[in-house]
Amino acid sequence: MSMDSLKDRLQSSFIVFENELKEETRSPLHSIRRQAMKRFEAQGFPSVKLEDWKYTNLKPIVKGDYTVFADREQGLEFSEIKRFFLNELDTYKIVFVDGRYSSWLSSTTHQNYDICTFSAGLRRHRSVIDAYFSKAAWGERSLVALNTAFAREGAFVRIPAGKVVEKPIEVMHISTGSIGDSMNQPRGLIVLEEGAEATLIERHQNLGNARVLTNSVTEVFAGAGSHFHYLKIQNDSPTTALIDHTSIVQERDSRVDVGTFVFGGRFVRNELEFKLEGPGANAGMIGLSLVDADQFVDHHTGVDHVAPHCQSDELYKGVYDGKSQGVFNGRIMVRPGAQKTNAFQQNHNVLLGEKATVDTKPQLEIFADDVKCSHGCTIGQLDEDALFYLRSRGIPAHEAQALLLYAFGEEIIAKVPLPELRQRLSRLMARKLNVDFELSL
Amino acid sequence: MLKIQGLKASIDGQPILNGIDLEIGRGEVHAIMGPNGSGKSTLSNVIAGREDYEIESGSLEFEGTDLMELAPEERAHLGLFLSFQYPVEIPGVSVTNFVKTAINQHRKAKGLEPMEAKDMLRLMREKMELLGMDKGFLSRSLNEGFSGGEKKRNEIFQMALLEPKLAILDETDSGLDIDALRIVAEGVNALRSPERSILVITHYQRLLEYIQPDFIHVLHKGRIVKSGDKGLALELEKRGYDWLKEKEAEV
Repeated sequence: MSMDSLKDRLQSSFIVFENELKEETRSPLHSIRRQAMKRFEAQGFPSVKLEDWKYTNLKPIVKGDYTVFADREQGLEFSEIKRFFLNELDTYKIVFVDGRYSSWLSSTTHQNYDICTFSAGLRRHRSVIDAYFSKAAWGERSLVALNTAFAREGAFVRIPAGKVVEKPIEVMHISTGSIGDSMNQPRGLIVLEEGAEATLIERHQNLGNARVLTNSVTEVFAGAGSHFHYLKIQNDSPTTALIDHTSIVQERDSRVDVGTFVFGGRFVRNELEFKLEGPGANAGMIGLSLVDADQFVDHHTGVDHVAPHCQSDELYKGVYDGKSQGVFNGRIMVRPGAQKTNAFQQNHNVLLGEKATVDTKPQLEIFADDVKCSHGCTIGQLDEDALFYLRSRGIPAHEAQALLLYAFGEEIIAKVPLPELRQRLSRLMARKLNVDFELSL
Repeated sequence: MLKIQGLKASIDGQPILNGIDLEIGRGEVHAIMGPNGSGKSTLSNVIAGREDYEIESGSLEFEGTDLMELAPEERAHLGLFLSFQYPVEIPGVSVTNFVKTAINQHRKAKGLEPMEAKDMLRLMREKMELLGMDKGFLSRSLNEGFSGGEKKRNEIFQMALLEPKLAILDETDSGLDIDALRIVAEGVNALRSPERSILVITHYQRLLEYIQPDFIHVLHKGRIVKSGDKGLALELEKRGYDWLKEKEAEV
């Protein structure tokens, strides 16, 4: 199979998709899809020749015999996927199985606010989707364009002005593997009107051994004074590849915090883009990657400071064992009008494996003169003195290392809003570090 | 209990210990005194199993077990404890979590189940009281931002919890004011027993006023040049370490 074969397959799938859509193809939304498809056709999959993909080689990922559309629904019991949810809490659940919405496994609502699916959003809130769809994540990037072309299903969240969603929202994308190797392209749209608040947790889980390629795009619109917490837990199986693009537009005095936790998956590419359009907007980014073997993790972040008096804070940490590979690229753009901007960025890495590598690059473009911007990155090893100290107290080398790595990651986990989720992340860390004791207390 | 014979050790090709002979019996308290650079800390680190040192020759036995091939954690499981001169600050690991892990790893090595949480808490409270520590201490990050006195008290706290057979106190008096020194020394004395041996390593005689040793050894240039009872400490206090140079000249 060559790189073009998946592209060919996607092109023919698009024709099938259009046939299924019938009169829907006459909608303004579909003309956006068509334009996006043209863009993808022209650009194809990004190659390492592009600066943004310099260290991230998609070639082996897109080489594969992926099924683009699941032709039938897969029956799944909740007990089979229960372990992926925060069972200690009552939550809204939006669950997709092989790219299709499963109402059986979900718990959605249209009361006070809409927590449902993109397809339900299209039926009930066409005007909302027309107003926001593809406005944050435009089709300049070929993979975003590809997702846009096939945009049909995903999470749809709309919180009207002043409403606070008391329960966390869990968005789960399950792949069963029963349709063989498959490609998923979920499209999420999250709209918080003025003063609205919500917390959303997102996971992708492959239940089988089939290869799964996910090309996900989510757009978030945070209205004035709104507050959104977005947490991504990426702990998928070793036969999965995830490309996750998130574009966020923030109005005046809004606050959006995004946390990205990577433990599993063969290949992970995160693109997180903020556009701070209203004064006083606050963007927070935290990330923790704990990977080993031949895992690959790429975090590309971008903050576009358009309005004055905005703040962005970014703290990413990574631990790389085996021959795993990490990439961090943090772009901060401060536009000429964005005076009094505060922008901070930190990226710290621990290399455990002799063959593990990290490429980290801050990218600051500042066009205003009255701003505070700082960035820092480190790549190092564990502190030998600390290891000896712990071992001298009877804690074996492996456990001592785990404790130190936990301490390294704890700074990030401590920033997670829900105690139940912090506990879950601690346990995921303990499991990943292969220790039989609880790391947190 | 501890038997060291002809121990020679170096770091980066630089010899530091040049043939140490030392025997510590059960329940005995020994002190090693000596000027800076005499090899005091190297000796304690080598006994505890720090891997930065090259052992050139000699033997190191603990209750008949050869320590040379054992990892630091295995030595700890046998009942060795080193109170560090400079306890390491570890942000993100709470004192509770650290102590809990250490105790349970000791239990695991003995084939025991982890200690019940409430028993663990009771034990910690009891030992904290012994050392006059306040409750907030348990939730703080290990040694992070601790004063000199708090760090040393934390070392003795761990010693009290782990109940070693042999405790090595490496310069436990350094950086302590007289009140802190007294509290730490009282803590150590409370742990003295006919079953527990203690090796006090110090530059000054001061600590030995509080923790009275049975034997004193003077270390100089990686060798024990003089041994005696506690009277030797007073002699050192009076004469300082300069006479060592004269002694060296004689040799």
